[in-house]
Amino acid sequence: MQRYILQRLVQGVILLVVVTSIVFFIGRMTGNPVDMMLPEDATEEDRQDMIKRLKLEGTIMDQFGVFIVDAVQGDLGTSIRYRQPATDIFFSRLPNTLAMIPPAMILAIAMAIPLGILSALRRGGIIDRISATIAVLGISTPNFWLGIVLIYLFSVTWGWLPSSRMGGPLNYIMPTITLGTFLVAGFMRLIRSSMLETLDSEFVKLARIKGVSETAIVWKHCLRNALIPVLSLWGVFMGGLVTGAIVTETVFAWPGIGRLTYEAVIFRDYPLLQAVIIMDAIFILFINLLVDILYAYVDPRIRFE
Amino acid sequence: MDSAPVLEVRNLHTHFFLRRGVVKAVDGVTFSLKRGEVLGLVGESGCGKSLTALSILRLLPQEAARTVEGQVLLDGEDLLAKSAGEMRQVRGQRIAMILQDPQTSLNPVFSIGNQLHEALARRLDEGGRSLRERAVDVLRQVRLAAPEQRIGQYPHELSGGMKQRVVGAIAISCAPEVMIADEPTTALDVTIQLQYLDLLKELQTSLGMGILFITHDFGVVAHMCDRVAVMYAGRIVETGPVREIFDNPVHPYTQALIASVPKLRRKAGRLRAIDGQPPALSDLPAGCRFADRCPHAEARCRERYPKAVSVGESHTASCWLAA
Repeated sequence: MQRYILQRLVQGVILLVVVTSIVFFIGRMTGNPVDMMLPEDATEEDRQDMIKRLKLEGTIMDQFGVFIVDAVQGDLGTSIRYRQPATDIFFSRLPNTLAMIPPAMILAIAMAIPLGILSALRRGGIIDRISATIAVLGISTPNFWLGIVLIYLFSVTWGWLPSSRMGGPLNYIMPTITLGTFLVAGFMRLIRSSMLETLDSEFVKLARIKGVSETAIVWKHCLRNALIPVLSLWGVFMGGLVTGAIVTETVFAWPGIGRLTYEAVIFRDYPLLQAVIIMDAIFILFINLLVDILYAYVDPRIRFE
Repeated sequence: MDSAPVLEVRNLHTHFFLRRGVVKAVDGVTFSLKRGEVLGLVGESGCGKSLTALSILRLLPQEAARTVEGQVLLDGEDLLAKSAGEMRQVRGQRIAMILQDPQTSLNPVFSIGNQLHEALARRLDEGGRSLRERAVDVLRQVRLAAPEQRIGQYPHELSGGMKQRVVGAIAISCAPEVMIADEPTTALDVTIQLQYLDLLKELQTSLGMGILFITHDFGVVAHMCDRVAVMYAGRIVETGPVREIFDNPVHPYTQALIASVPKLRRKAGRLRAIDGQPPALSDLPAGCRFADRCPHAEARCRERYPKAVSVGESHTASCWLAA
């Protein structure tokens, strides 16, 4: 187990180096940052000053070397706009995003598991059809559009819910729905299909032969097996959640990582953008490691050798 | 061996109601199983053997399948008349079943012990032993080596033969009156098939249960069974003691089946296959279902289905030529 985790961590570091290089070089492909950021009447002195401040001396490979050396020491550069270390800004905004993810996840799980199971048990029934409709709508509705429509209805038209920023529990409702909808749809359909598969399996037949109750068959024998593919989807969806957060937080003026990413793009704050993307990558790698460890608890066939 | 039947199946009809028509997969099956007896249910694939077994347990595979007629009497009580809750008390406790493929019949994510406990917990132990002790004991009964370690293991850690022993242990854990074994050795290595059959035989003798042994293998029948029921296209065509059926098969289908079994002591030649295909179960002929493949078929065979007639001591056959 420890060896496995270590192995995954090494893989994670390699992946991180790849991500970092891509982010760094693609950032440079959009043009020389100094030219883009300096005002038109800047003097040569200003120019040299900025090159020094942003550590842009030498060739691009030299700059990359400096960037990597700093990054290893936890310094991902200084935000141009905030004039603070990019990681500090990231961590100050992180709690706000982390506060939004659990409600969205809970919404997704609380809706997807029961609806997925019921659709599988009563295939072709009313619940199955309704949830199929919800799934299609959920997958095909863009977050930003859903967010705007919710604001239009609940804030503008009826005035029931606050339209933006953090605050009380009411502020969480619309962002949660916006962020959670596409999760609900994916999870629900996956749970349905994997439940159908396990319900049809020989071990379920044997459990019935043993006289196990239908409740135990569904919630014990089937669900545990049906959750295995859901778990891997969860790891993938966490990536989607990060990108989903960019849109959702922007629409609801939510001061989290997503909005920070958006701002970094808009204000061409490329050190901040690099830092945010690298931190997101670390976050997603970490979640996927967690998923792999959870796997072992759900499925004993997976052993870490 | 001459006791009252523990399980009697009378005129059982299980049909599939599909959009394209009614498939009469089990269409008037009648047989009885005595206490302490092994009855072989023999026939080719698709003749309705397994569906008969599932009809007895009322675990039909799809909603489209329904038992529309007949009786399944366990100690004289009709199982088809029981409620779903009562039926659940019958399963596992009074009738157990072993499925064909041990690779898929255990749940991969629960330990052997856990899956045994589910079966054991349904009956209180007189000796007041813990579930764990009983699980170890029942694994010992099926001759699984190192049972104390096995209960903590998961199915993927066991070989196919070991898994099938676990399935056997689950089946005997509540000391059932009837065990249905649906081709329990088909998926096992040839080298361990015989061991498993001997184990079943031994358990049957020590526990006194009746076994309905489903197979397509006459070699296994000769080894295991006291009596045989030969099934063809949803019906039993011939029933009798094993020796009788082997030495003196009456129904042409039984004769053809026995002729198609390779024999060790005879000069090797081409095996005799039965020409043609069984009739479509959705469009059954009025007369004998084997008539189209039967070398002796006459006009009356195609007109009406022959009644079962006695052709020897407890030996019956449904054939016009036997009457």
